[in-house]
Amino acid sequence: MKKRRLNLIDKIWESHLIDSNASGDLLYIDMQLFNEVTSPQAFENIRAKGRQVRRPELCLATADHDVPTGPGHPVPIDDVAATQIAVQKEQCSRFGIELHSMFSRGNGITHVIGPEKGVTQPGMTIVCGDSHTATHGAFGAVAFGIGTSQVEHVLATQTLRLSRPKTMSVTLKGVPGKGASAKDLALAIIAKLGHGGGTGHLIEFRGDAVRNLSMEGRMTLCNMAIETGARSGLIAPDETTLAYLKGKECAPKGELWELASAFWGDLGSDDGVNFDSEVEIDVDGIRPMVTWGTNPSQSVPVGSLVPEPSSFSSARERDAAVTALRYMGLRPSTRTSEIPINVVFIGSCTNGRLEDLAAAAEIAKGRKVADGVRALVVPGSQDTKAAAEAMGLDEIFIRSGFEWRSPGCSMCVGMNGDVVPAGQHSVSTSNRNFEGRQGAGSRTHLASPETAAASAIAGRICSAAELSEIEKG
Amino acid sequence: MERVVKVRGRIIPIRRSNIDTDQIIPAHWMKRVERSGYQDGLFENWRTDPEFVLNDANRAGATVLLAGENFGCGSSREHAVWALRDYRIQAVIAPSIADIHRGNLPQEGLVPVELDKSYVDRLFEVAEEDPEVDVQIDILHRTLTCASANLFDKEFHLDDASHFTLVNGLDPIDQTLLLKNEILSYESHRNPWLPMIG
Ligand code: SF4
Repeated sequence: MKKRRLNLIDKIWESHLIDSNASGDLLYIDMQLFNEVTSPQAFENIRAKGRQVRRPELCLATADHDVPTGPGHPVPIDDVAATQIAVQKEQCSRFGIELHSMFSRGNGITHVIGPEKGVTQPGMTIVCGDSHTATHGAFGAVAFGIGTSQVEHVLATQTLRLSRPKTMSVTLKGVPGKGASAKDLALAIIAKLGHGGGTGHLIEFRGDAVRNLSMEGRMTLCNMAIETGARSGLIAPDETTLAYLKGKECAPKGELWELASAFWGDLGSDDGVNFDSEVEIDVDGIRPMVTWGTNPSQSVPVGSLVPEPSSFSSARERDAAVTALRYMGLRPSTRTSEIPINVVFIGSCTNGRLEDLAAAAEIAKGRKVADGVRALVVPGSQDTKAAAEAMGLDEIFIRSGFEWRSPGCSMCVGMNGDVVPAGQHSVSTSNRNFEGRQGAGSRTHLASPETAAASAIAGRICSAAELSEIEKG
Repeated sequence: MERVVKVRGRIIPIRRSNIDTDQIIPAHWMKRVERSGYQDGLFENWRTDPEFVLNDANRAGATVLLAGENFGCGSSREHAVWALRDYRIQAVIAPSIADIHRGNLPQEGLVPVELDKSYVDRLFEVAEEDPEVDVQIDILHRTLTCASANLFDKEFHLDDASHFTLVNGLDPIDQTLLLKNEILSYESHRNPWLPMIG
């Protein structure tokens, strides 16, 4: 009998299917990750109802949102944060779940430590009470964010009941321009698909521009898939994936590695297979991008003009542009390179990995942060921090006037006390420029680590290429 | 969980698209470990504006939120639903609701109503004009009626999983635990290399 041709998403979905009924598909979940913010209420319900955690060994917890990142071992910003961290400790020990607690060796942002430890593997189903769980899709896993009730459901049953999402292939065509990073690709894709263009779908990213990305770059891309409204994004595993995984703490070893890698090799979408929708995006020659508005689809190439609201074809986009410009305190047709900035944040689960920090350090090296700019570098995990320090990146940053901090979500979400003051402009390597995301009244411009570092030096939004031009005179 | 088969209420219109969960409830509210008491966090930043619709005394007690496209995008925080629930919102009507949020709403008995944009526009017109306008939502039949907007038994989209949760009011975990044997049998043939912690 001929095997049915399937795409990667359907393969993973069907291999985890336990039951189907009118209320959806029951899927087995291979791993659940936890942060301290969205799970306390789930654990509390498990306890209150006298239920058990079905598979504690398929759970991995870390504290990231509330963790202070300043020098030494500072205390959490307030009692509520301290309580949340303490409650998480108590709950994890009660239910036998491994916790990488604040300041411990293995601590870091959920979506950074999963891959670093080799917990994230191709073909898996991975969930977490956090929308950027999509990051793990970079390995060819179906990985997505869930709400607290669903966290509880997975704790109790190791399964989830879900409506089957539609599948979408997004194929990148062409060769990105020099100096364009995975972040710039992500922003360009979101600008094309629109904030909401992926709603209801799981996306497989395809094409040479995707294949040529490192694992770190793929994680950046999948991380931001959610900003199109999609459930998640993923990329088929290949040699790059295997090379990254080999030897990682939780990756299979010896004979199991042989078995696993053969299985992963066959996992990609079968040739000529269909998706519910198929999109091609031309990324040929794209340049570094930066956002000017309050959702991640509102971006332009660095150095271009902030658009006129009237230039958008739909009423919805026009209205969104007017509202965004008012909030950002920007006038249409301002050149983005003329926007002065106050804060730079390099970090988060989007761009807080070693490769990101190294790219930023390359720009920072031998230069100085502009007067009046506060620039923070926050590694995504303790392991990343240690690796960066072994390379001397910390010294480069510190000598250039950047703050070298400890791991955590930090200014990505502003819950730990690291915030952008009201009315100030920040260039941030995180993933969301929503109103108030980095602190009440904060004005966020999303960009790559290279652009963020160059902007810190220039004191205004600036690409790395432009920075070298200026210096050449 | 209680069954939810009908919702009837007055309307709170917020004519904005892409209302993200950071706006519905700002992140600092997520530091709490309780599951209730989130009503004051609902649209906290926008409520500082006296003109904002939630500050309109004539809308007090309204239970149906009306919004633009892509409502509830962004963070997966269920706190957004808890804030809506604690404010006594029972249904959200929008041309589209972001995936995760759409799945979260029924967990607390709130109804995600995805309605044709042209009908949503009509609801906006009448609701912005008159705070007394009310709408009836029939979850069982997935239809909506608003006489003032001349809409009668208009079908809306509600996915099967949400429909099932709302109209049956069964505890989803209890339901799944009935399939204990199926889960066990699945577990007996998982790939041997899959990661285990500890
Ligand atoms: S770094 Fe930002 S996006 Fe990532 S998990 Fe933390 S808060 Fe969420």
